[in-house]
Amino acid sequence: MTDVRHAIHTIETGGGVLRLAPEAPLKLESGGRLIGVEIAYKTYGRLNADRSNAILICHALTGDQHVASPHPQSGKPGWWTQVVGPDRPIDLNRYFVICANVLGGCMGSTGPSSHDPVSGRVYGLNFPVITIGDMVRAQAELVSALGIDTLFAVVGGSMGGMQVLQWANDYPERMFSGVCIASAARHSAQNIAFHEVGRQAIMADPEWRGGDYLRLAVRPEKGLAVARMAAHITYLSEPALQRKFGRELQRDGLSWGFDADFQVESYLRHQGSSFVDRFDANAYLYITRAMDYFDLALSHGGVLAQAFAAARDVRFCVLSFTSDWLYPTTESRHVVRALNAAGVRTSFLEIESDKGHDAFLLDEPVLHGALQGFLDSAGEARGLG
Amino acid sequence: MMREDFREIARMVRPGARVLDVGCGEGELLDLLRREKDVDARGLEISADGVGACLARGLSVMQGDADSDLGEFPGEAFDYAILSQTLQAVRQPRKVLSDLMRLAERAIVSFPNFGHWRVRASLLAHGRMPLTRALPQPWWATINIHLCTLRDFTELCADLDLRIEAAVALSDRATPREIDPTHLLENLRTETALLLLSRTHHVAPTADAPTRLFD
Repeated sequence: MTDVRHAIHTIETGGGVLRLAPEAPLKLESGGRLIGVEIAYKTYGRLNADRSNAILICHALTGDQHVASPHPQSGKPGWWTQVVGPDRPIDLNRYFVICANVLGGCMGSTGPSSHDPVSGRVYGLNFPVITIGDMVRAQAELVSALGIDTLFAVVGGSMGGMQVLQWANDYPERMFSGVCIASAARHSAQNIAFHEVGRQAIMADPEWRGGDYLRLAVRPEKGLAVARMAAHITYLSEPALQRKFGRELQRDGLSWGFDADFQVESYLRHQGSSFVDRFDANAYLYITRAMDYFDLALSHGGVLAQAFAAARDVRFCVLSFTSDWLYPTTESRHVVRALNAAGVRTSFLEIESDKGHDAFLLDEPVLHGALQGFLDSAGEARGLG
Repeated sequence: MMREDFREIARMVRPGARVLDVGCGEGELLDLLRREKDVDARGLEISADGVGACLARGLSVMQGDADSDLGEFPGEAFDYAILSQTLQAVRQPRKVLSDLMRLAERAIVSFPNFGHWRVRASLLAHGRMPLTRALPQPWWATINIHLCTLRDFTELCADLDLRIEAAVALSDRATPREIDPTHLLENLRTETALLLLSRTHHVAPTADAPTRLFD
């Protein structure tokens, strides 16, 4: 493990912000460096005496560190309370859970809405393009700062799953097990295409102002809302949308205009408008870019199995959902094949669900059972009581 | 209740071995092998419910199909590959058997013997697809699409250059007994056959075969 303790400026326990010392910049995959990086994080549960029960949870594109506690702005419950909590599959009576806002995010970690410590101005588009690998490097700094050598598990869905795979590539010796849910080892053309629609919606909003909106005290809310609306459709399955809304109308009769006549329109508008209250438009650009750039096999001559060559001792669990067309089962199988080829002990399950990509965030008993079984047996192998 | 074939399979497996159970169901056999033989247990199972049950037991199991997904495992990854009452239900038994012998040093295979006298008698007497204790379902409901006799199977083994190291006849009503599987009488007497197979020639996998297969 790399000792970065010298690099820590301040750290709070139970959650807070890790500030890396200015003399220890974070190296980026693009070749650049970020000075004075801050990583906002939350912890839950208790770290045991030999520091062997820590689970890092990696959040998805629009997620945050508030995995099991209310969101400070919306007051809504944590985004994965179904899975993380006392007597839940990720049992807080047993495990110490860490969840950090990703690098490039907008919930306290350094991102495009942060101030550049050199110029003193908001980064905006001067923020460097970051990658999933950069996010993971920042997480590794945090884990080290918390005094943890080896994580018991790294767990994540969607973009969080990409981080899990990146961990296996970059720090296999620092993880005992990994759980990758509804994810992929690379972004497909379709994934990139949908993200591009979202980015263009943001950049087409006149209030975006070339990314300089924060300094000018405006916000590209309309563009960000449209980006969210388009993305939200990709998180649901067609049957789920049909079941939830069908062709139901908001009011009796049609408006013969362009108001939200249909319930599905009203729902999407609500998704869009509530999203802009909690998310930054430039962060959306940067994080979607990081996902698009993700291709774990690229630095291994296109052979994904090579990415896991040093992860032979890591136990892996890969899960997908039948109705997820954003990160379909074929992508998970591609990961599983590579893990097997590398000789990694791998479990894989495609869970029957009609809820689409979002299923990993919802009440899915089979998902919870599989997670629990996998973690319980890994915990036994790790000697956790 | 423990299935009799599980007990016999457990007897054949060396303690501490790496075992792949193809068609592992809810993981009962793997669980037994892990408990009693301390094996490194892995499974392949087609049904999501089965895989879910295996994960809940703490087994490493992948959802997949014996016909199409055995290629996902690298060569020589296991000491034993087990195919318990599954061979007759796959689309390409010959290919599945050679796949097993690619990824494991030994294979343990069990199947209902279509040459058993009850099967023959049933067909002869009624002129219809036999219904017996070992083959209880009517032709239109059975998952068995490639039934064979013990003699058919030993000929396939010879064809694939496989050595039969041990053979056991199983029946619900009698204790298991070791048999000479090539003996014609055993093809009449054996209700369910369980065989331990190995390659007659050691086939060294080419060094880059797994990765080439996978990307």
